[in-house]
Amino acid sequence: MDQAPPAVQAEGVVKRFGPTVALDGVRLTVQPGESHALVGRNGAGKSTLVSVLTGLHKADAGTVAFGGEPAPAFGDTAAWQSRIACVYQKSMVVPDLTVAENLFLNRFDDNARWISWGRLRRRAERLLADYGVQVDPSTRARDLAVEQRQFVEIARALSFGARLIVLDEPTAQLDARGIGRLFGKLRELQAQGVAFLFISHHLQEVYELCTAVTVYRDARHVLTAPVADIAKAELVAAMTGEQSAGATAWHAGGDGAAAPDESAEPVLRTEGLTVQGQFEPLDLEVRPGEVLGLAGSAASGNTALGETLAGMRKAGGGTVRVHGRAVRSGSVPHALDAGIGYIPEDRHDQGLVLERSVAENATLTVTDQLGPWGTVLPSRTREFARSVIASLDIKTQGPEQPVSGLSGGNQQKVVVARALAREPSVLVAVRPTAGVDIKSKDSLLGVVRRVADEGNAAVIISDELDDLRVCDRVLALFHGRVVATFASGWNDGELVAAMEGVGERE
Amino acid sequence: MTGTVRPLAADGIDSGPKGSPAGERPLDRLKLIRWSDFSLVPVILVLMLIGFIVSPVFLTSENLISVVQQSSELSLLVLGQALILICGRMDLSLESTIGIAPVVAMWLVLPSEGGRFAGLGLLPTWSAIPLCLLVGLAIGAVNGFLMLKLRVNGFIATLGMLTMLRGLHIGITEGKSITDVPESFRYLGKSEWLGAPAAVWICLALFAVGGAALAWLRHGRSLYAIGGNPEAARAAGIRVDRVTWIVLAIGGLLAAFAGILYTGHYGSVAATQGNGWIFQVFAAAVIGGISLKGGRGTLFGALTGVLTLQLVVNVMTLGGVPALWNQFLNGAIIIVALVISRFASGEKQD
Ligand SMILES: Nc1ncnc2c1ncn2[C@@H]1O[C@H](COP(=O)(O)OP(=O)(O)OP(=O)(O)O)[C@@H](O)[C@H]1O
Ligand SMILES: [Mg+2]
Repeated sequence: MDQAPPAVQAEGVVKRFGPTVALDGVRLTVQPGESHALVGRNGAGKSTLVSVLTGLHKADAGTVAFGGEPAPAFGDTAAWQSRIACVYQKSMVVPDLTVAENLFLNRFDDNARWISWGRLRRRAERLLADYGVQVDPSTRARDLAVEQRQFVEIARALSFGARLIVLDEPTAQLDARGIGRLFGKLRELQAQGVAFLFISHHLQEVYELCTAVTVYRDARHVLTAPVADIAKAELVAAMTGEQSAGATAWHAGGDGAAAPDESAEPVLRTEGLTVQGQFEPLDLEVRPGEVLGLAGSAASGNTALGETLAGMRKAGGGTVRVHGRAVRSGSVPHALDAGIGYIPEDRHDQGLVLERSVAENATLTVTDQLGPWGTVLPSRTREFARSVIASLDIKTQGPEQPVSGLSGGNQQKVVVARALAREPSVLVAVRPTAGVDIKSKDSLLGVVRRVADEGNAAVIISDELDDLRVCDRVLALFHGRVVATFASGWNDGELVAAMEGVGERE
Repeated sequence: MTGTVRPLAADGIDSGPKGSPAGERPLDRLKLIRWSDFSLVPVILVLMLIGFIVSPVFLTSENLISVVQQSSELSLLVLGQALILICGRMDLSLESTIGIAPVVAMWLVLPSEGGRFAGLGLLPTWSAIPLCLLVGLAIGAVNGFLMLKLRVNGFIATLGMLTMLRGLHIGITEGKSITDVPESFRYLGKSEWLGAPAAVWICLALFAVGGAALAWLRHGRSLYAIGGNPEAARAAGIRVDRVTWIVLAIGGLLAAFAGILYTGHYGSVAATQGNGWIFQVFAAAVIGGISLKGGRGTLFGALTGVLTLQLVVNVMTLGGVPALWNQFLNGAIIIVALVISRFASGEKQD
């Protein structure tokens, strides 16, 4: 007696985008009821495989089978949907439609001819309540915060009732509490025998949730193994192809970098800075060579604080000074001129011009330095782009490739490159490593550290402990207030507790 | 693998008695209405007041009926264009379709001798209307083929169609007007139902049907998803290309129908029928709150856009603006109407 056929089985899948080979004869098998992790560096081909498995892209070669039957014809999306549901890495909401409509897009009601909006709203309300998301279903999707939008997409995918669900980096935009809620849901579904394909750059999540793991590297299959049989170091080695890749998360004060000079004039100083309903008046001082962490979940107001520093939001009161000079609030050009570089949270909305090339995106803030008298010299742009591609290890065909053709993590690196292009004296980074693979994460954080070590100030806004580890000082925010301050060398548990609002210290 | 698990939430809970919208609070309903769709209603009222002040003729039923009659053909083009724009596409060739579709139909049915215009006389006269509609449908389908199968730029492709069809029109008619209009065209264009021109009722009915489909039908809603985020629409199982193609064909069909009404109303097809209309069509759509980038706007808004535009023109005419200044005013009117609607709705236009 043979066992049940695999929930999904892909064999020899090849996918090319022009000269790029995104998948080179890869395979993947997910057993029924199994939670299978797919890991690999940025650009390894994970999301491409997801689009092939969900019928969005047609593979150039190879076969896909669901439960032993060959996949539906390409283009018959409805047939694919009955087999597989998916949370895509890029946003798949329609910004001008309401949350309720986005949740039930194209599957409003099977038996009724007319859509009943009242009923739809109530269904949406129940679905959202189930995920603890507090949004009015009649809000338009464009008005949602990043995390809320992510939950809308997750709730939508999970509500299909499919036996196989793909999650492409669902946690990259969630804070710890959100991840907890998501995992709770996933475990419930696991108990019902639903199979998962789970993609993440957080290996601890893989260990927490999954039973088997597949590693891709450079568009090829490297290994598949039960999670229990493989140590984290081995996994990282398989992803990077280097044995020595120890988990060297960055630490402040290592490498004999000079400790920030206490007596130096602060580079960045805020006095009574506040935004109504987001965070309370806040005095900050960041000295040359210092990396300041602002830890807190999405609801803590730290993202709003970052946006205010970068000029994306107008402050309700208070001042921001860089090198003692006041910066006009609510104006990005003034913030840029004052030397504030910004890495935004939402790379699609605020970060990138997707159809333009890597070179143009990376140099968007420095067009005035690329040639005399307002000209932009292509040679200089290219040269500049080449240097950032090399220094940040961006995987691209070249400076001319449109950003839309980069993998998610590599897009994030272009955003970082642009913030660094102006050699800012203050770097404000909101979750700079969201969606970035383990190795690149190290190098990105290294870059932030280097910016500070050159005598500038850096502010990292995040709830990821790895991001915060490079900081010399971490302020924990909760509901718009600083609830605790930590010097480097803090203890994980205490910081997490402070971010969640327990154990206030001050 | 076809079995499904019990979904986590919501689905299936709606097992209560059918058609009992329990807990439907009126306030919720109010919240669902997008007020910006109605923003032109006060503007229209103000225009009517101004019209009344400018000229006592304005509020007579003849004048008002002539305004709506003149709006009816334009509004059908706007209806088609609005559907296409909501899908995130555009079709410039509508303004030529309104002329070429009746011309081709008449060319095929009119006898080859006897009349001033020598047709082919291939088909019976009763087939004029179906033929005309078919031509419109075919033009829309060709546009769809160019944009969706060949993936050429829609703006330029339909601009090419516009010019080409205009040329075809002139070629077939040798630049002259056709006055031997079939009786069926005349009937639709001229007759009155319940005291108002039939064309007006037909237009209203078509807008109502279209509006209801966009608001309450799955396929109607899919237009917004396609225009708003085509990838998300595709991932949600909407057949983006098929729906867009159908919408383009419907656009052509509506333009052909507008051609029938127009031809019937004036009793002839001029060589310039529809010439320059596309500007008004786009203007009315945008004034009515339809986004040129797709995914936004309603048919009600589009209809108020048409009415606003026509009322301003009417008020100007009644005000006795000299004809030589018409073109200047046409441009100025559109800009003014655009600005008014921008601020009346409080939404950015794009
Ligand atoms: N639409 C596209 N056009 C051109 N190249 C593409 C396109 N989509 C993906 N690629 C390329 O295919 C490769 C694999 O990309 P993919 O998005 O699958 O990576 P990934 O493993 O999901 O990475 P990440 O972890 O950063 O999300 C990359 O080199 C990318 O540049
Ligand atoms: Mg990816």
